[in-house]
Amino acid sequence: MLKIKNLHASIDGTEILKGIDLEVKPGEVHAIMGPNGSGKSTLSSVIAGREDYEITQGSIEFVGEDIMDLSPEERAHMGLFLSFQYPVEIPGVSVTNFLKTAINESRKGRGLEPMPAKDMLKAMREKMALLEMDKSFMSRSINEGFSGGEKKRNEIFQMAMLEPKLAILDETDSGLDIDALRIVASGVNKLRKKDNAIVVITHYQRLLDHIVPDKVHVLFNGKIVKSGDKSLALELESKGYDWIKEELTA
Amino acid sequence: MDVFKDKLLSSFIVFENQLNGQKKQPFHQKRRDAIDVFEQKGFPTIKDEEWKYTNLKPLFNKDFNVFHPGEDSLEFSDIRRFFLSESDTYKIVFINGIFASWLSSTTHQNYDICTFSAALERHRDVIDKYVGTIARNDESLTALNTSFAKEGAFINIPDGKVVDRPIEILFFTTNSDNNTFIQPRNLVVVGKNAECCIVERHQSLGKQLTVNNSVTEVMAHAGAQVTYHKIQNDDDNASLIDSTTVKQERDSKVTVHTFSFGGKITRNNLEFDLTEAGAEAHLYGVSILDKRQLVDNHTIVNHMVPNCYSNELYKGIYDDNARGVFNGKIHVHPHAVKTNAFQENNNLLLSDKASIDTKPQLEIYADDVKCSHGCTIGQLDEDALFYLRQRGIGVKEAQALLMLAFTTDALKEIKIPELKTKLNRLIARKLNVNLDFNL
Repeated sequence: MLKIKNLHASIDGTEILKGIDLEVKPGEVHAIMGPNGSGKSTLSSVIAGREDYEITQGSIEFVGEDIMDLSPEERAHMGLFLSFQYPVEIPGVSVTNFLKTAINESRKGRGLEPMPAKDMLKAMREKMALLEMDKSFMSRSINEGFSGGEKKRNEIFQMAMLEPKLAILDETDSGLDIDALRIVASGVNKLRKKDNAIVVITHYQRLLDHIVPDKVHVLFNGKIVKSGDKSLALELESKGYDWIKEELTA
Repeated sequence: MDVFKDKLLSSFIVFENQLNGQKKQPFHQKRRDAIDVFEQKGFPTIKDEEWKYTNLKPLFNKDFNVFHPGEDSLEFSDIRRFFLSESDTYKIVFINGIFASWLSSTTHQNYDICTFSAALERHRDVIDKYVGTIARNDESLTALNTSFAKEGAFINIPDGKVVDRPIEILFFTTNSDNNTFIQPRNLVVVGKNAECCIVERHQSLGKQLTVNNSVTEVMAHAGAQVTYHKIQNDDDNASLIDSTTVKQERDSKVTVHTFSFGGKITRNNLEFDLTEAGAEAHLYGVSILDKRQLVDNHTIVNHMVPNCYSNELYKGIYDDNARGVFNGKIHVHPHAVKTNAFQENNNLLLSDKASIDTKPQLEIYADDVKCSHGCTIGQLDEDALFYLRQRGIGVKEAQALLMLAFTTDALKEIKIPELKTKLNRLIARKLNVNLDFNL
């Protein structure tokens, strides 16, 4: 699904990612953890195609294709989804209208006809129910005046509508209270299938109680310094990141 | 410019001779006074503070026809697309400055929605009472318009009457051989507690240059409610100088929307006199320009008495070599205490060569007032752009959505559904995308 080899990326001449190797297979859930400033958000931005970053070495393959020269929208059309840590507010564009545009642009990108309005509406209702969202969301402007929790829920709602092959959830748990966390996590779990994959980027273990990862990686100073199973996340939660730093410098 | 000025001055004598009996009406003296003002002042130049950023010289160095033959070959189907609705609006339509009765739908029932020329015959009392009493007679281009004032829209709504459908005023030019200079003169008088809603548009259908020097006077009596929309989406060979002056009495509410999407040079002079307490003025502007287009928005709100409210919001998006000017003055006269006046001008520049000169001007001569102003100039938000693109929306569409989002505050007060649809289409076409915005 996703194959990253020796990825180096920098912004304004400063190297942030210093040789990342990561392979995610269909059906898997990976968690990437790490302290602030370790490069987690940079990694997700680079995978999604943000043009501010320069890739200086390495490769990114998605569903068997080299995607490094593709635009963010082309990557999205292939089935890549990034749930943003800070979703952007767009006044004047309703959630419905935005999703209609996004879905039909993606379909156009894949050579498909626009989705009939009736089907779209039906899908929206279903997915909103899944995330326990109020119908009034549909006519509200994207993220405008949304609480932190509503923004994140809206991200997962969009993920549900776009049905990506790979979803990267960048700090989806931040700003969520316990109830919202449970709803969002159960929404994500319901979207899990054999042929899609999820990468969860987080500081904390608590989201991983709900979305159980197959693999956990620790990102530190632009490199994956440790990988393991879900017990690694628990270990980090109880011991913090210092022991990893010590291990590295020992 | 001097050549054309001389032509206009000699044309005035020809014009006077064509007026026959009308020459004896009191109104004609206003024309004579006005031509003197124009003769003395001439066309404004960039040395004039109010015209610093808009140079009319290249425009008026050309020759224009001042008198125009009638044109009767235009069918409704040819120009259907410029109207809001085929049957659900009143229409006052002009071609090359001459009234086109077969394209119009006027009325004298309950209220008068007709032509200025008809009013010169039938409603001389109204003409004498209002024309030239609201407009700025000392401004040379307004004076020039007054001196030739003969045709345009006349809207007279008696006390308490509510006009049942929007009024469309359309000025077409069809010149294929000569440059055309037309000077529409509009008068809108809205009686006590009366209401009306107007949509005005200027459209060049010909190949040659067109200049419209249009003057509109709006009188809103106590409790009147007036909404005036100006749609400016003309061809690159057409320029418009629009001077609209509004006088408001007690508790009246007047909203003017100015949409500038096209035209070579568009100058909008919009001035409000709030003369009695409780008057409320709203000014909304949306300009989206590209190529070498120029829009110059000059607004003045005069708070002359206590307890009035004004709110102004202008948004501009400029691409390519387009230029924008915003000059917004709020003038709070002495004694106009408890004034509430707000002004905001936000701009997006999409290219290195696009520019905006923005100048908020507050002159406050009273204490105990609430006034604020602000202006911003920026670019599209890269984070937002990436967000939209990550969802599969192409660059062009993503930019268009963000531009729409940027203008939305200035569009949300539009109440006519057909107008919303029309603006939606105009904006989408202007931004070169096929998107349904749902304003």
